[in-house]
Order: sequence, then structure tokens, then C-alpha cells
Amino acid sequence: MVTSSSLVYLIGLPLFGAVFLLLIGRKADKWGHLLATAMSAGSFVLGLLHFFAMTNRSTEDRAITQTLFTWIEVGTFKVDAALLLDQLSICFVLLISGVGTLIHIYSISYMSHDENRRRFFAYLNLFIAAMLLLVLGNSYLNLYVGWEGVGLASYLLIGFWNKKPAYATASKKAFVMNRIGDMGLSFAIMIAFATMGTVSFEGVKESVDRVGTPALTAMGIMLLIAAAGKSAQFPLQAWLGDAMAGPTPVSALIHAATMVTAGVYLIVRSNFVFDAAPTAQLLVVIVGAITLIFGAIIGMAKDDIKKALAASTMSQIGYMIVGAGLGPAGYAFAIMHLLAHGFFKAGMFLGAGSVMHGMNDEVNMRKYGGLRKAMPITFITFGLGYLAIIGVPPFAGFYSKDEIIATAFNSGGAQGIILGSITLLGAVITAFYMTRVMVLTFTSKARWDAGVHPHESPALMWLPMAILAIGSVTAGYLFTQGEALVHWLSPLFAKKEEYEELLPHSVVSILAISAVIIGVSIALAKYQFRPVAAIAPTDVSFATRLARNDLGQDVVNEAIFMRPGQGLTQGLVVMDEKVIDGAVRGIGAMAVGSGATLRRTQSGYVRSYAALILVGALVLLAGIWVVTQ
Amino acid sequence: MGTFTSPILNYAMLAPILVVLAGAVVGVLIEAFAPRKSRASSQLALSVFTLVIALAALVRTRGTYSSKAAMNSVTFDGAGYLLQMAILIIAIIAILLLADSDKFAAAPTAAPGSDEEREAQAANIRITEVYPLTLFAIAGMLLFTVASDLITLFVALEVLSLPLYLMAGLARRRRLASQEAALKYFLLGAFASAFFLFGVAYLYGYSNSITFSGIAAAITGGTANDVFLLVGISFVSVGLLFKVSAVPFHSWSPDVYQGSPTAVTAFMAAATKVAAFGAMLRIFYVAFAGDVWQWRPMLTAIALITMVFGSLVAISQRDVKRMLAYSSIAHAGFLLSGVIALNKSGLDATIFYLFAYGVATVGAFAIVSLINDSSGEVTDLNRWAGLGKRSPWIAIAFSFLLLAFAGIPLTSGFVGKFSIFSAAYESGNTAILITGVLSSAIAAFFYIRVVVLMFFKDPVEDGTSVVIPSIYTRITILVSLAITLILGVFPAPVLDYISQTAFFLR
Repeated sequence: MVTSSSLVYLIGLPLFGAVFLLLIGRKADKWGHLLATAMSAGSFVLGLLHFFAMTNRSTEDRAITQTLFTWIEVGTFKVDAALLLDQLSICFVLLISGVGTLIHIYSISYMSHDENRRRFFAYLNLFIAAMLLLVLGNSYLNLYVGWEGVGLASYLLIGFWNKKPAYATASKKAFVMNRIGDMGLSFAIMIAFATMGTVSFEGVKESVDRVGTPALTAMGIMLLIAAAGKSAQFPLQAWLGDAMAGPTPVSALIHAATMVTAGVYLIVRSNFVFDAAPTAQLLVVIVGAITLIFGAIIGMAKDDIKKALAASTMSQIGYMIVGAGLGPAGYAFAIMHLLAHGFFKAGMFLGAGSVMHGMNDEVNMRKYGGLRKAMPITFITFGLGYLAIIGVPPFAGFYSKDEIIATAFNSGGAQGIILGSITLLGAVITAFYMTRVMVLTFTSKARWDAGVHPHESPALMWLPMAILAIGSVTAGYLFTQGEALVHWLSPLFAKKEEYEELLPHSVVSILAISAVIIGVSIALAKYQFRPVAAIAPTDVSFATRLARNDLGQDVVNEAIFMRPGQGLTQGLVVMDEKVIDGAVRGIGAMAVGSGATLRRTQSGYVRSYAALILVGALVLLAGIWVVTQ
Repeated sequence: MGTFTSPILNYAMLAPILVVLAGAVVGVLIEAFAPRKSRASSQLALSVFTLVIALAALVRTRGTYSSKAAMNSVTFDGAGYLLQMAILIIAIIAILLLADSDKFAAAPTAAPGSDEEREAQAANIRITEVYPLTLFAIAGMLLFTVASDLITLFVALEVLSLPLYLMAGLARRRRLASQEAALKYFLLGAFASAFFLFGVAYLYGYSNSITFSGIAAAITGGTANDVFLLVGISFVSVGLLFKVSAVPFHSWSPDVYQGSPTAVTAFMAAATKVAAFGAMLRIFYVAFAGDVWQWRPMLTAIALITMVFGSLVAISQRDVKRMLAYSSIAHAGFLLSGVIALNKSGLDATIFYLFAYGVATVGAFAIVSLINDSSGEVTDLNRWAGLGKRSPWIAIAFSFLLLAFAGIPLTSGFVGKFSIFSAAYESGNTAILITGVLSSAIAAFFYIRVVVLMFFKDPVEDGTSVVIPSIYTRITILVSLAITLILGVFPAPVLDYISQTAFFLR
């Protein structure tokens, strides 16, 4: 039986892999990837053992903690470096290590021609370790360490091919935008520390009643900013598209299945804060709803297969955030969608990687077409993921998205109607753009460049895709069977309030399926039954142009942040050179000057030293005398 | 005539001191009888063995201290235990540096440049007297921290000082500077000792007692002549402040640090400071505590001047050993703030700081001894330029220790500075706090300047090179780096242990 003392190995194994592979150097080039994969698989197996052990315990005893050491102790403030494994974190542990291991396996083949494959695997292991720390930390501060760790791993992996300046820039962009989110998290921690005197989840949960709503609202908003940064939510969404510069397995693991969902984890984990701060909770829903539509619109216009999938990720996480913002009614469904999404989106990214592999690294879908015959396995696995994401029953996405839409409709009043309609509209657009991807890539006529000979990828690559596809097919059913996941997670959240159903569940399902049918039909009409131009047409409407340019997100960022920022920094530079440097130079010169003057007391003569001691002794005596009188 | 009571000696408690003294005596015998060839190795082995045994003997007293021995002339308590342990640990890692015997004069008694010296050098004579001398000094230091009457304190002061005067004059290169350093140290040390003794006489006149507890009782009683107390405290302080090189009693230290063989400087700078501050803590916390309002303003002034002076003058130094000397003056100022705080956290912080600083100092001087050209050590900072390109590991190690001196987080220096300044703040002494932080900022400037010099300047081709460190030097450097890092990252166990253990038996 596994005990809580083995929790540290969940993180320890991949961390060891990362450190070992980075330190040992080129010697490990031949077998480094195997070690890394084994470490990740080890974590997964250990996670499974913990899962089974947890199911055998009664509901109250399911959460276990392992205290590693006292990290900070100042007065009454104490932070232990401790790991907490409960019903929520085990879901993530299995997702991260499971999907992570599959992607390790995939990468063995995908990266086989890269001379830096060992380093790549070291970074992957580093990512797994950091991500596991993120979900296993028992306090906001421990989570923060993992949070920064995954940011670092993401930065290193996006810029893995940093010989291309554009890729290096992309990684920098992701890093900087994430920084804004990280600042939000650190502010949230400071607020918790200042108002509650604790930063552990347990402690904050208990202190929620003692603290006024304004502080909780502030903390909630800061947490939301953090979540928006990490999960590419409006208005911090711009980095995700550029992050696709990284190798495709990275996009699958980090920028689709795991890291970008950390924001959802953060919000669900902080459910006690948001439940007590309705304003912050409302903002969560708004951010989620905006991003959901925003990402979907961008997804319609992208010709780059990875960027289309990235936009879709953004939109799907929008769904999860909406779910998480709906309070106790939605937390479990947010997690359900997250887990299902982890399967089908990772699978689709791997499929995209497989396509690129067969097409000489071409990413433009207008140069694809007809790959159904050339790459049958990729087609089937990608297709199953596709059915899951658009929400065709009985695939995973149907169950999870359906539940979110229903919860949105039932959240009451005008809010319910607006939210429900937005999530439904999102479903229509999702069906449209995903069908577009599917058609452009696999089922339309071939538009290949000369000299391209698409072929199916080796087994090491399609096997993980197949496993993920099985997950996409079955996950939704398994989760909803007897409301398994909802029951599993429910002890962590406040009780659902009874509410009046605006629409019966069956009606919502019918609406959702109709949405899918509408979206798919439009896309089929537009792309399957009409020829597709191999070069993107330029005489398009303003709306399309806008969508192709990511709805102007970069323009907005440049106008609002970059240019004023540059102006500010230029101003600061002048200020720094003229005022501060002047002062510092002045003080520095003064210090050096006085140092040089004082140095003259060091004449080298014993007699003057002795005189100095004598004078010093007399001054000391006189001084004490004066004080005494 | 009263009856004679034979003193209870409590050998178990005295064992560490006695072991070191015995080791020193055996060392003298080896010097006299062992063949010259085997002396170096047997002396090194003997010294390390002696110190380890002494440390073991010390650890054995764990939990049984809080007793007085030898007619109340020494007191064994938690603070003494910790200070002795710090001295022994620092001594063990510092004594390994003495193994590079080619740093020591072949014929220390010969006049520099004389034929006698040339012959001795040509014969490749390696002297080894430095080992027993060091052991005698260590014994004095151990006694200095636990002495609880003024006579014993004075004896311990002399036992630790006399060997150091000699050791300062043992450098093989730049013999004249080394002998000058030894002479200066001796003359000024004697001068300061005279002040100390003068103060002792006055304190006896004041309290009719030579024990710390007797003086404390007299101060509490408050009927005696205050002028005597005042002169006594002032002059005893002069003697102690001289040892810790506080301004204006500091002037010997740059010259002596520079002139002494670097291995000796390392030992002297680290261990002497622990011993001297140990004694100072004891006398001020135990004997003078009742009179705090009289001496605190003056000692505060000295601490402030010492911090600022040390930091400022260090900036204009061109020689790495002198720079470290002034840095040690500045650190003396920081340490004084722990003495002045006169509270439990001040005591804890000072002990931690002493240990952390001592260990880092040994490491830093060990690295200094590695940078050489054909004529010996290169201490001119300009010639250290670009060291980071030629010997990155050495440069990184030295930078790390400098950052520890500067008090950058994740080093022991940060934890030390943080705890000592918070103790000062706790005692309400904001002047110390503000000046301390400001002079730390000034000090950081010259430490980081050296780092910049090593890493961002191009190397000069002038024959400066890094000698491959011997295994002993390597151990010293690695141990000191490891302790500095561990105390910086996981200070909690040590801090906890100190705060549980450190107390003075009054």
C-alpha cells in the first residue's frame, strides 16, 4: 500500500531525470530519452497506485499530506513545504503524468533527428516535475514555486529551436505576458498573508469567514489575473498562438493538455475564495465567456493548423473558466471538461505533429488536403478527437460541454440566458472551425506542394495518438456514469444550491446537438463541396482580416502597453541617467573620496596607530563620562 | 589566614582546552625530536587529530554544561559551548591551509635578505613550528570565551595573542612586510593589553571582586564609586575592541592582515574574531549588563563609526587582503550591534553571525592564497581582472563568498545580517539599524566591484596564474562554501539550535 511518504517521489522522479540529464551532458545522448520517459512513467504508475489507494479510503480520509520540511518560519508565520494529494490533485496527477508519458513516447520518434534531444527530454521532465508540484503544493506559496517552474519549462521549450529569432521572440513574449499573471498570483498571496496571516489552502479556507468581502474580492481578482496569464484568457491571451513555435509535442503537452489549464486548477482550488466574493466570481465568468468566443473566432480564420488548434484551446479553456466561475454548480464540470480536453486536444496536437511530420513540416492547412488515404491512422485518431471536441455524443466533449452549457443556462435570470446563449454560440463556432480543420487537412482534394510525399508516422508516434483517442471516446462516458466525477470531487466544494431549471437537461442536449449540426453543415458547405484555394485569398472581408490578425490583440497590446511602456522606459532612462545616476555617481564619488581621505589615517607608523588608540580610549572615557553626568 | 580549599577543576568541562594544550605540547616535542623530513606530515596529522578530539570532548559535554569550574574562573554554559564549537570548527578547516608549507619562511629568525636566510631557502627548509603555535592560540581562544573572571580573561588573551604575533611574521615572501606586521601587532597588542589590565584594576577597585558575577552584583548594589566602574569599563573595552579591530582601535589590522602569511590571516581573521566577540558578549551580557545605560551610547557610536569607516575605506583599497581587512572591520561594526542589543536575540544572532562570517572568511583567504605569480601571491586587485575567464570555478567560489560578506540572500551572510539587525531593532536601536543597512549597501559596492572585475574585465597577461589547490586547501574551500550555502538556504535548524542552546550562566 502506498503511503503519504511516497508523494515526494511523484515529483522527485522526473526532477531527478531533468537534473541528471542536464548535468551528465552529451554522454547521455544515446539513452537520455529512455530515462526521461521511464521517470515520467514511474510517476504515472505511482500516481495510479495512489489513486487506487485513495478510492479504498473513506471520503473523509481521502486527502493525504506529506510535510517535507519547514520552508519559512518567521514568528507565528510558518510555511511548510508540504504536498497535498486530494480528490482534485489526483485527477491532475494522473492527467499530467499519463498524457505526459504518452507525449514522452511520441517525442522519442518525433525528435529523433534533433541533436539536442536529450536536452529536450530533460526540459520535458522538468516540466512534469514542476507541474506536479503546482498541483500537489498544499499552499499558495508552494503552488507558486511550481507555477514559476512550469513557466520556466514552457519558456525553455517554446524557444527550444532558438536559433530562429522568431522562435526566441515567441518564447520571450510568452514569458513576459506570463509575468503579468505571475504578478497577480504574488499579489494574491500577499493579500492572503496580510489579511489572513496564512497562505495554505487549508488556512485560507478557514479564514474566509473572518475576512471582509473587499479583501476576498481583491484576492479573487488577483487570482483571476494569474489564471488569465497562465491559461491564455482575455486579456492576456496573446502569447498562446506564438507559443506554437515550440516543437509540437510541447504544444500538445504544455500548451494544450496541462500547463494552460493551471489557471482553471487555481480557480477551482480557490473555490472558497470565489464563493465568498461574488464580484470576482462574476468577473471569472465574464473573462471565460469573452475568451470562449474570442478564441473561437480566431480559430475560424487561421490557416496554420497549430495556430487553429491553439485558438481552439483558448476557447475551450474559456468554457472551463465559465464553468469554474459558475460556483459550486460548475466546478466539477470545469474539471471534467479539462480532463476530457486534455485527452482530445493532446491527441489532436499529436495528430497535427504527425501530419507535419509527413508533410515536410508544412503547417499551412491550405497546402494539405486528402490526407485521409495517406495517413489513415492519423486521420482516425484525429477524427475521434474532432468528434469529441465538437461534442458529438457519446464522445467526451459532448458530456462535459453539455453540462457546462446546462449549468450556464440554469445560473439564473438574464445572466443565465446570456451565458447560455454565448456557450451555445461557442459550440456552433467550434463545430465550424474544427470541421474546417478536418476538411482542409484530411477530406478535401490534395493541394500538396511539389515533392511532398505524405506517409504515415511510425508506431512510436501513432500509438500514443491511438491511446489518447480511446481516452477521448470513453472519458466522457466514464466520468458521467452515475455522476462519478461529480461525486468524487464534491467533498471539496461547498454544497450546490438548489435552483430552478430554466431549461430541462434534455432540451439543452438537443440545443447543443443542433448547434453542432449547424456548425458542421456550414463548414462542409464552404470547404468540402467547394474547391479550396492553396493560397489564402486576400480580398476578404474586414472581419476575416481582423480574425486572421488574432482580432488585433497584438495591435492592442502594442498600442496600450508596448508604446506607452517604451515611452515610459525612455523617460525613465533619461531620469535614471540624469537624476538617479547623477545622485549615485555623486554619492559614489563622495564615498570613494571620503574613503581615500580616511585612508590617510593609515600611515603605517606604529606611533600614530598607538596615538590613535590612546585618543580613542580617552574619547571613550570622556564619552561615558558625559553620558553618566 | 583562612583554610585552603582545593579547587574543583571539573576536567570533563575543561577537556577541550586541555586536549588542545596537550596537542600543542606534543607538537613542541615533535619539533624538538622528530626528524625534519617527517615533521610536516606528523604535525598536520597531530593538529587535526587534536582538534577533532577536542571537538568530540566538547560535544560530550553537551547537555551537562551550566556549571562553573576552577574556582569560578571559568563558566561552562550554552553560549560558551556554541562559541567553543565555532572556534574548533573554524580552526579545523583553517589549519588545513597551513599544510602549504612553502608559504612559510625557511628561517624566520634570520634577518630578511641575509645570507642565513638564503642558505635556509636554498636548503629548502620547511618550518613547522606554526602548528604548535596555532594550537596554543586555539587553546587561548577556547579559554577566552568561557573565562568568567578578569584574571583568567587576561591570561587567555595573552595565550591567544602571543602565538599570533609570532605567526604573523612567518611569511616566506615579502619578509620585511611580514616582520613589520608582526612587530606592529605585538607593540600595539601590548599597548592594548596594558589598557585592558588597567581597566581590570579599576574594576577590582570598584567591586572588590574579579569575577563577572561579583562585578554584576556590585553594579546592582550601586553603592561603590562610579568613576572606578566607568574607567574600568572603558579600558577593558579598549582591550577587547582592539582585538575585534573596531574603529579607532583597528589600525593594526590592515597592515597585519596584509603582511601575515595568508593561511595565518585566514585563521586569525576568523577564529580571533569569534573568541574576542565571545568574550565581549560574556563580559557585557553578564558583568556590565546592569550598567547598560552608561556604556550603550558610546559602544553604539563606536559600532556606527566602525561600520561606516570600514565600508568606506574598503572602497579605495587596491589590495585584496587589505580590502578583506577593512571588510572585517565593517563586520566588526555589524557584530557590535549584536553585543549592544543586549537581548536574547542579539546573543543568538551574534553567535550565528560569528560562525557564518568566520567560515566564509577562511574560505575567502584560502582562495586568495591560490592566486600566484612567480614571486608569490598576487594580492593586487587589478591583476585579478578576468579571473572568471581563466579559472571560472575559483572566481565563482570567490564571488559566492564575497556575496556572503555582502549579505545577499541564499548565503549565510544574509541570514546573519538579517538576524543581527532585527535584534538591534528589537532593542529599539534604530540608529544601528539604519546605519547598518546603509553601510551594508556601501560594502556591497566594493564586493560586487571585485565580482565585476573578475568576470567582466579582460584578463591581463602578466604571469598571474591560479595554482592547483592542494587537497587540503580544496577541502577548506569546499567546506566553507558548503557551510555558507547551507546556512543561507536552510538556516532554520542552526538558528533553532542556537536559540535553544545559547544562554549565559550568570
